[in-house]
Amino acid sequence: MPPDEPLVRWDWVLSHLDDPIGTQLAEHLRLSLIPVLLGLLIALPLGVACARWRRLYPPVFTGINVLYAIPSIALFFLLLPYTSFTDWTAIIPLTVYTLSVLVPNVVGGLDQVPAHVREAATAVGFAPVARLLRVELPVAVPVIVAGLRVAAVASVSMVSVAALVGLGGLGQLILTDGFQRQFPTPIVVGIVLSVALAFAIDGALVLLQRALTPWARGRAER
Amino acid sequence: MITFEGVTKRYPGGTVAVDRLSLRIPSGRTTVFVGPSGCGKTTSLRMINRMIDHTEGTLAIDGTDVREVDPVLLRRGIGYVIQQAGLFPHRTILDNIATVPFLLGWKRGRARGRARELMELVGLTPELAKRYPYQLSGGQQQRVGVARALAADPPVLLMDEPFSAVDPVVRASLQDELIRLQSELHKTIVFVTHDIDEAVKVGDTIAVLRPGGRLAQFDTPEKLLAEPADDFVETFLGYDRGVRRLSFFPARQLRLRTHALVPQTATAAEAGATAARTEEPWLLVLDGERRPRGWLAAARLDPSQDHAPVDPATPVGELPLTSYGHVFQVGQDSLRAALDAAVLSPAGRAVGVHEDGTVAGVVAQTDLGEAIWAVGNEDDGTGPAEGAPDAAR
Ligand SMILES: Nc1ncnc2c1ncn2[C@@H]1O[C@H](COP(=O)(O)OP(=O)(O)O)[C@@H](O)[C@H]1O
Ligand SMILES: [Mg+2]
Repeated sequence: MPPDEPLVRWDWVLSHLDDPIGTQLAEHLRLSLIPVLLGLLIALPLGVACARWRRLYPPVFTGINVLYAIPSIALFFLLLPYTSFTDWTAIIPLTVYTLSVLVPNVVGGLDQVPAHVREAATAVGFAPVARLLRVELPVAVPVIVAGLRVAAVASVSMVSVAALVGLGGLGQLILTDGFQRQFPTPIVVGIVLSVALAFAIDGALVLLQRALTPWARGRAER
Repeated sequence: MITFEGVTKRYPGGTVAVDRLSLRIPSGRTTVFVGPSGCGKTTSLRMINRMIDHTEGTLAIDGTDVREVDPVLLRRGIGYVIQQAGLFPHRTILDNIATVPFLLGWKRGRARGRARELMELVGLTPELAKRYPYQLSGGQQQRVGVARALAADPPVLLMDEPFSAVDPVVRASLQDELIRLQSELHKTIVFVTHDIDEAVKVGDTIAVLRPGGRLAQFDTPEKLLAEPADDFVETFLGYDRGVRRLSFFPARQLRLRTHALVPQTATAAEAGATAARTEEPWLLVLDGERRPRGWLAAARLDPSQDHAPVDPATPVGELPLTSYGHVFQVGQDSLRAALDAAVLSPAGRAVGVHEDGTVAGVVAQTDLGEAIWAVGNEDDGTGPAEGAPDAAR
């Protein structure tokens, strides 16, 4: 890095707002949110099944943890021959990672539905599936959303690594525009925007949670 | 009518929770299952709505074997109330109450209208409709639980220790409320409790279960207290069974004394004369509307006694009086209430009042003793005298 190079060159930032900053930010958002949504779609039935058939849970839990232990870099490169440079190369590993948070949270959320609520639901005449969809899952929402928040923030930070296989949104900014050219401005912009994005997504989930569960407000105070 | 015929429940582990239970639960009345913890009350109750399936015997509601009915549909026709209320935390009070109507496919407006009616019936103010369960007190939650159970007007109501988790004052008011509701609704109520006092209070008939899930006795509360079937039942009823039994005998059979009542305008001299004539140690001072004001010790009016003299011309209403404590309602209360009032009274006498609060007379402990002795002796095993049944309520 040249010794007199400033940390941020505002003229560069202003002239590159659209591209690459804007486009990479959009890609980053897409690459981090799609895995969370897919993860939720997989974790819901998997978590419900684990909560219902308890013996399923230990092997599933171990399985998703083992997957989580594989370094993301390795997974990206492993997938490259099959998915080449499409988004899937980033989306598939990140989806797998979200499961390690989301499945335990779905199971935990269902577990903390009080036994008397479950009993009452049966006693008033909910059939098993209706009880799950209309009582147990809604009551588990706060715990599930808490899992989504963790998964989303983790996902935002991990997308950057996919820059090594040519994807990675803001990671591209950091790696290609910044690091490889010894130019600090894109690195700083990439870091700041990653953090801001994580905060924004987390904040949005908090708002979603409040809208979905007005009944849970004040519970923490008790 | 709900009939148990040789009903047994054996859990997978081998525990026999209910052992050959045979019982006829009459329609339109409140039947209580009572017994120590673990004796199979909850299991017995839940076999009725098939939350638990029995392993042997026959269980029928109005002649229909419960096993022939789809459990989900069966349950929608049977109200169920549990200890922690079991309200759905994510639904408003109104929607909690409307749960069964919704499940039965009623239109939203009709279901909510019905829920509003029920809130009124169980004594919940309309502002609570939009609240969530966590915003209610324990007592209010139980009322919501009862309202939810009644929403689709089921003929049968199952209640499993519904009032055990609230404090004694709230519990007493919920019990009174249930008795009032039942006098209007005439549901077939099966009520589970481990508290014999509660059983005696709310039950028309009581089934006492013993550990191992066997029926120890099935009788009216009066009969149960008068004639426990065996040592287990007697011990379970407790040592104050005799006092509790007094609940079933009316106070109106007591001899009331009226000669020791003085109006507050009477002078100390007049009151002293009354005390001397009647030989009563305590006089009850009445206000202008014949309501009790307080006790006056006759000794204070006796000039020969050694204390600060009282001016004979002073109206007794201006003298310091001793609080009259609890009163009992002559027309409605039981001997137990009268005894309670007498024991708690500083004068050792109970004040009996009419419904409008005016004094009917006072009862001395000796008179009470006679009445209680008579209860013990008139008893030939058939329970209280004719005309007494409402005394407990
Ligand atoms: N699901 C179950 N599996 C095995 N045993 C049970 C189960 N539920 C209750 N029991 C046993 O059955 C007996 C009766 O239980 P329960 O009906 O809950 O009693 P109660 O309501 O009178 O306290 C107890 O010994 C209890 O341990
Ligand atoms: Mg029980």
